[in-house]
Amino acid sequence: MKQSMLEVRNISKYFGNVVALSDVSMNVHKGEVMCLLGDNGAGKSTLIKILSGVHRSSEGQYLFEGKDVSFTSPRHALDHGIATVYQDLAMIPLMSIARNFFLGSEPIKKVGPFNMFDRKFADDAAREEMRKMGIDIRDPSQPVGTLSGGERQSVAIARAVYFGAKVLILDEPTAALGVKQAGTVLRYIAQSRARGIAVIFITHNPHHAYAVGDRFTILKRGRTLGTFTKDELPREEMVRMMSGQDELEALTHELVEFQHTDELYAESQMAEIDQQLSSTLSKME
Amino acid sequence: MAAQTTTPRTQDDRLVEAGFLKRMLSRPELGALGGAVLVWVFFALVAGDRGFLTIRGAASYLEVSSHLGILAVAVALLMIGGEFDLSIGSMIGWAGMVMAILASQWGVPLYIGAILSLVIAMGVGALNGYMVLRTKLPSFIITLASLFVLRGLTIGLTRTLTGVTNIGGMADLPGYELMRVIFASDIPIGEANFPISIIWWFAVAAIGTWVLIRTKVGNWIFGTGGDQNAARNVGVPVAKLKIGLFMTTAFAAWLVAVIQVIGSKSANVLRGEQQEFTAIIATVIGGTLLTGGYGSAVGALLGALIFGMTKQGIVFWGIDSDWFQVFLGVTLIIAVLVNNYIRKRAEEARQ
Repeated sequence: MKQSMLEVRNISKYFGNVVALSDVSMNVHKGEVMCLLGDNGAGKSTLIKILSGVHRSSEGQYLFEGKDVSFTSPRHALDHGIATVYQDLAMIPLMSIARNFFLGSEPIKKVGPFNMFDRKFADDAAREEMRKMGIDIRDPSQPVGTLSGGERQSVAIARAVYFGAKVLILDEPTAALGVKQAGTVLRYIAQSRARGIAVIFITHNPHHAYAVGDRFTILKRGRTLGTFTKDELPREEMVRMMSGQDELEALTHELVEFQHTDELYAESQMAEIDQQLSSTLSKME
Repeated sequence: MAAQTTTPRTQDDRLVEAGFLKRMLSRPELGALGGAVLVWVFFALVAGDRGFLTIRGAASYLEVSSHLGILAVAVALLMIGGEFDLSIGSMIGWAGMVMAILASQWGVPLYIGAILSLVIAMGVGALNGYMVLRTKLPSFIITLASLFVLRGLTIGLTRTLTGVTNIGGMADLPGYELMRVIFASDIPIGEANFPISIIWWFAVAAIGTWVLIRTKVGNWIFGTGGDQNAARNVGVPVAKLKIGLFMTTAFAAWLVAVIQVIGSKSANVLRGEQQEFTAIIATVIGGTLLTGGYGSAVGALLGALIFGMTKQGIVFWGIDSDWFQVFLGVTLIIAVLVNNYIRKRAEEARQ
């Protein structure tokens, strides 16, 4: 059995007398995409805040590379290689890609007695890192605000990878994106996995999850309904588990309309990702 | 370009090669440069034959610009970092008076007085920053309060200690000569004397530019002004940075105070009144966003130059000084509009 990169066991979290999470267990391996699914209010955010060091669990165990850990801050978790990319991205729209990329960890060049910000290095490294992930950025000195939502997500993920993330926690990276842009990000997630990173991909879009996920943990009302591999969990079943029984009826009607197109999309997406991966792999060899 | 020969870049069809001109167009200070040229041309036309174009004329508007410019550069750094400092006007009066009282009442040499005054000013700046961070109130409110408190303290303490509101005779105090050489000497060029404050102005702008563009602190300033939480999350020491920026504006106010006290040989409790607004205006003319995260020190320098040229240009023009503020206001609006227009065109060109 492979060792988990990151694992939580029987985690609970209470805010006063509100139970946000109850007895949740999950894990993720190196080079794996673990999807964390659940409707709004299912406890996804609470769980990732615990994983990323914002909150501490009220009960339960948190293991990183097999060892017990207790993170006191996001910085602390980051120092262990657990990087979280939040929905709001922590990107400054008016700053250039390269400056955003290195904000807080600026490359320094010594010039005489002065420590200078090494702009050339920053530009080159940002461009190179994005290219490794399959995106050719036009000009690393262009403001992040001129990028599309998907490209911004990609810059944020590339930054986390560049700074040595072993575990990448992505909070709804595809939520606000159009179909094409979501595809860019999903491709990027697959690329990160190919580089041996353990990815925790939070989403409430089962189609996006299905496109890149290896395993799926489904949260509902603060509890986990279990972890499944792709074979064990057809997409319809996944949707059924995420939503309540009552809502299912109404949801099915809605789904019928767009499922067809979505399936086509997911298939083409998968094909594209496979192609991308195999070409990347062959390039590596 | 060795990297390019070893790994040829795949040509991206979306990439429009950004030429030198386009790069210049995307700089925040470009609009201010256009505005400055426009204002200069205007006064060259209306007041060119009345001395605006002489070297004396240049010395006069550069001196006015220099005092404002020193403030504006520091204000630009703070404003890019996302905060305001309205207390700098009062700080000029306060810092000058502290130095003058120490020297005239207690016989401290002027330069020691200046150093003590600097320490106190930086302390007040740090307190401003600390209060902003601690109370999480807008810095506009906190420093508006310190604007009044400082001005009141300056007037109250000065009158209590000396019985007057204006302390003169700085030239007779020990240490004056040294201070004059550093802060108030003149550099003769042609038939005009250029005050050394112009050099201070350019030096401050050069250091400000260097810090902003070439150091990691500059990156932190842009980041913090753009999105404070995002910057904090990636490890930028936001609290320290902001306190440092408030100390920077306090330093600039102190520097202007010293230049003015030594230059005029007297300290007045009302010195620096309304300078906080003119400094912010100059900064905004210079292309710095009121909301933070974008701007430049060179822009602030140019903004101050526009202001100084307008102020002295009106004098050369010989218009009744009653109309001065009207012209000032109109010129400022035009400068800002030109600035915005050019920036907008530049952004379109970039895309």
